Amino acid sequence: MQRIGVFICWCGSNIAATVDVERVSEAIKSEPGVVFSANYQYMCSENGQQLLRNAIKEYHLTGVVVGSCSPRMHEATFRKAAEAEGLNPYMVEIANIREHCSWIHKDREEATEKAIILVRTAIAKVKLNAPLTAGESPVTKRALVIGGGIAGIQAALDIAEAGFEVDIVEKNPTIGGRMAQLDKTFPTLDCAACILTPKMVDCAQSDKIDILTYSEVEDVKGFVGNFKVKIRRKARFVDETKCTGCKICMDNCPSKKGLNEFNMNLNNRPAIYIPFAQAIPNVAVIDPEQCLKLKSGKCGLCQKKCGVGAIDYTMTDKIIEREYGAIVVATGFRPINIDKFNEYGYSENKDVITSLELERLMNAAGPTNGVLLRPSDNTHPKVITFIQCVGSRDLTDCGKPYCSKICCMYTAKHAMLIREKYPDTEVHVFYIDVRCPGKNYDEFYRRACEQYGVDYIKGMVGKVYNQNGKLMVQGSNLIENEQVTIPSDLVVLATAIEPEPSVRKIATLLTASIDTNNFLTEAHPKLKPVESPTAGVYLAGVCQGPKDIPETVSQASACAAKVIGLLVKDSLKTNPCVAQSDESMCNGCSQCANVCAYGAITYIDKEFRLGGGKTETRRVAYVNPAVCQGCGACTVTCPSGAMDLKGFASKQIMSEVEEICRK
Amino acid sequence: MKICYYPGCTLKTKAKELDRYARASAAALGVEMEEIENWQCCGAVYPMARDEIATKLSAVRALDYAKAHGGKLLTLCSACHNVIKRTNDDMANDADIRARANNYLKLETPYSGETKVVHYIEMLKNIVGFDNIAKKVVKPLNRKVGAYYGCLLLRPNKVMAFDNPENPTVIEEFIRAIGGTPVAYPFRNECCGAYVSLKNKDLTKRRCNMILESAKEKGAEEIVTACPLCLYNLQKNSDNALPVVYFTELLAEALGVKND
Repeated sequence: MQRIGVFICWCGSNIAATVDVERVSEAIKSEPGVVFSANYQYMCSENGQQLLRNAIKEYHLTGVVVGSCSPRMHEATFRKAAEAEGLNPYMVEIANIREHCSWIHKDREEATEKAIILVRTAIAKVKLNAPLTAGESPVTKRALVIGGGIAGIQAALDIAEAGFEVDIVEKNPTIGGRMAQLDKTFPTLDCAACILTPKMVDCAQSDKIDILTYSEVEDVKGFVGNFKVKIRRKARFVDETKCTGCKICMDNCPSKKGLNEFNMNLNNRPAIYIPFAQAIPNVAVIDPEQCLKLKSGKCGLCQKKCGVGAIDYTMTDKIIEREYGAIVVATGFRPINIDKFNEYGYSENKDVITSLELERLMNAAGPTNGVLLRPSDNTHPKVITFIQCVGSRDLTDCGKPYCSKICCMYTAKHAMLIREKYPDTEVHVFYIDVRCPGKNYDEFYRRACEQYGVDYIKGMVGKVYNQNGKLMVQGSNLIENEQVTIPSDLVVLATAIEPEPSVRKIATLLTASIDTNNFLTEAHPKLKPVESPTAGVYLAGVCQGPKDIPETVSQASACAAKVIGLLVKDSLKTNPCVAQSDESMCNGCSQCANVCAYGAITYIDKEFRLGGGKTETRRVAYVNPAVCQGCGACTVTCPSGAMDLKGFASKQIMSEVEEICRK
Repeated sequence: MKICYYPGCTLKTKAKELDRYARASAAALGVEMEEIENWQCCGAVYPMARDEIATKLSAVRALDYAKAHGGKLLTLCSACHNVIKRTNDDMANDADIRARANNYLKLETPYSGETKVVHYIEMLKNIVGFDNIAKKVVKPLNRKVGAYYGCLLLRPNKVMAFDNPENPTVIEEFIRAIGGTPVAYPFRNECCGAYVSLKNKDLTKRRCNMILESAKEKGAEEIVTACPLCLYNLQKNSDNALPVVYFTELLAEALGVKND
C-alpha cells in the first residue's frame, strides 16, 4: 500500500477565493492511502517546497499529489523537490484545481466539491504510478537554420560564433531575404544594404556556416538533438564552385523577359541571372522557365561565353541528407495579395503600388536607379497618397485581422524620404491609427508630421479611381468630419504582411503548430517566445508574428542562445513516458505504426517459447523510446490492448475515470 | 415555371414601370411571377433597428408564405430586397430575433429562414440564364449603358451575397446579354444620397451629378438601376446629364415586349 501525501495550494487568492482549501484537505485526509494532507498559501514558494520535502521525509511518502495550477506550470518544480528527497519524480501527480476549477467557476460550494473530486482522481492515478527513469540520447552538435533572411543570418552568425556548425537552407538563389530589398531602415534611416551585406559576407566567410541556397527542406525525421533532414538542392544549372560572378552570361543571354522578382516584378532580367549585385553566393542561376536552351534545346550562348565552364544544362535536383541537434525556423513573410481590394484599383492602375514596390523605386539599385518615377509614364509624381492598413486589421474576407506592425513606421519613413529628396512633392497619408511604440519611433513619426510637413489624414479610403490621368483618392477625414478626394499621381498601399506560405509545409514536417493566420506558435506567449512547442525547434522573425528588423534580430539572437544551450550538452534526458508493447499480446498487425506521427514504431521477428521445447517466431511491435513522444495514439489504436503508455497506462486512466464517476 | 413574387408598395405607386416591364419580360422568358397573397409593406428601413421586432413581422409573413409555395421569394425593388433578405438572415442566424418574431406570429411551424430570397437580376442570371436571354432578344440594344447598382443590392456583402461590392459585374453581364455595351465607371456602386434628399437636397444633388457625369464621361448613353429611390434621386435631384431607366424596361425593349 502506498503512503500518499496531499498538498493543496491556495495560489494566494487564485484558488482559495473560490475553493475552500481547508475543506479540501480535510476531506482528503480520510481517503485510503493518504497519510498526510495539508494546505499552503504558495506551494511553489521555497517554503511550500520545503513543506513537501519535510513531509516526504517524516511520513516516508511513496507518492505525492499537489492540488495546484496546471502541470504545465509547476509539475517540474514539484518533481524536482520530490527527487531531492529521494522520491522518484514520476511518483508526483498534479491535480489542476486552478485552470480547471477555481478560475472557471463562481460558486464556491460547487468549486470546492469539484476540487475534492479532482484531487481524489489524482490520488487514484498515483496509486498505480511506478517509478520511471529517464534515458539519455546524444546530441548532434550542428544546427539547421531554415531561411536566409536577416533572422536566419543573425541566428547562424551567433551560433557559429559559439563554435558550432550551422547550415542555412534558403529557397532563393541568394541569402538576404526581404531586408535586402529595402532602401532605408527606420528609425535611423541608414541604408538597409549597408548594414545587411556585411553580415551576409560574414556568413559566407565563416568556416562554421554552410550556406545552401536554392535549396528546400524536403523531409525531417528524428527529435531534439537528433534530427535527420533531407534537403533538396534545386538544379541551378551553374556550378557554384566554378562560377566567379563575372556576369558575362547575363550580358549575353538573349532571353530577357523574366520578371525580376528582386525588384518586385517592376522590370525584367535575363534567364541566367544573379539576383542583385551583393548576392551571396555571387553565383548565377538559370531560370528554367525562361532559358531557351532548356526549353527548346537551341541557344547555349552562356555556356559558350562562360570563361570557367560553369554552365551545366544537364544538372538535376539533388537530395542531400544531414543530421542536426537543433532547428531554427526563420522563413519570413511576403506582402499579401491585394487583388481582392478592388476599391484601391491596384490591378487596373499601374500607378497604384505597394510599399515594397516603392522601396525598389526608391532604391539606387532598383529599376529606376533610385529616381522616383511613377510606373505608368516614368514621370516624377507631384502628389503622392499613402493608404495605411491595406489588408491589416481587416475583418472582411479580403485581409488579415491582425496589425502588421511595421506599416506605420515604414510609411512615415517613405513619406519623410520623399519630402526630403523631392521637396516639391505633396504627401498625404490616410490612417486608422498611427501605432509607433518603440525606442525613438514616435519621435520619428512626429518628425514626419512636424518637420517634413507630411499631411496625415485620419480616415479610411473608400475608392481610388482614374479620372483624366489622375488617381482620385476618395476618403473620409474624420477629424474635419468631411469627405475628401485627393487627385494624386501615385498611390502607395501599405500592404499587410503574411507568413511566407512555404511555412505550412515546414510546420508539418517539424510537427510545429501553426495558428489560423499561418504564424508559427510559440511554446508560451510570454515565457517561451522563441521556442516552438516541439522540442529542439526555435522560431525567429516574422514566421512567428509580425515584427520589424530590431525585434527580428533580437529574437534570432535569443534563438541562437537557446540552440547553443542545447548543443553544448553531450546528451539529453529523454521523456520516460513512452509507449511500450506487451509482446505476449501483440499480433503484429501494424495499426500502431500507421498512426504513429513520429515513426517511432518498427517490427521485429521474435522467437517465443511455447513450452515443451517448442518455439514460434512472431512479428511484434517495437517502440524506439528515443523517438516516441508519448502522444498515446498507438495505445488507443491497438486492437489487442498490447500497447500501453508508461506513466499514462490504460488502467491508470480508467481508475481516474472511475474515481470521477464515484458517488 | 412559377415563382412567388413580392412587389412592395413603391412598385404599385411611383415605380409601376419597374413592375410592369418585369412581368412582361418574365412572361416572355417563361417565368410566371405569382404575386403573393395579402402582402404587406416590407417594413422599409425600420426592421434594421436591431431591437425592434414588430416591424420585421410583415417581411417574415411574406417569407413564410413563400416557404410553403415553392421555397423561393422573388423581389424587384432594391430596398425591399435588402430588407427581406436581411430579415431572412436574422431569422436563420439570430436565435433571439427568431424566437421573438415566432412568439408574435404563432405560425403552425416556426419560421427560421428556410426561404431563399431571389432578386430579379439573380433570377435572370441563375434560373433563366443570361445565355438563354440572349437567345430570346429580338431587338438588341446596340447602345452604351452604365449599370448603377447603388448600395442596397450589394451591402452588407456577407448577407446580400449578390456580387463583389467593390467591383460588381452582374448588371454589366445583363446589359451584354440584351445586346448593349456595358460601361464601367467608378461611381456605379456609390450611394445616391438616398433619404438624405429629404434633409439635404444639395448633398444628394452633388452625389447624383457626380455619378451621372462620371458615367457620361466614360461614354454611357443611359443609366439603368433596380432601385426606385435611386431612380428618383438621379432624375429629380440632378442636372440630368443622362437618362435613367429601370433595368426591366431595357429587358422588355430587347425582348420586344415593351408595349405589351
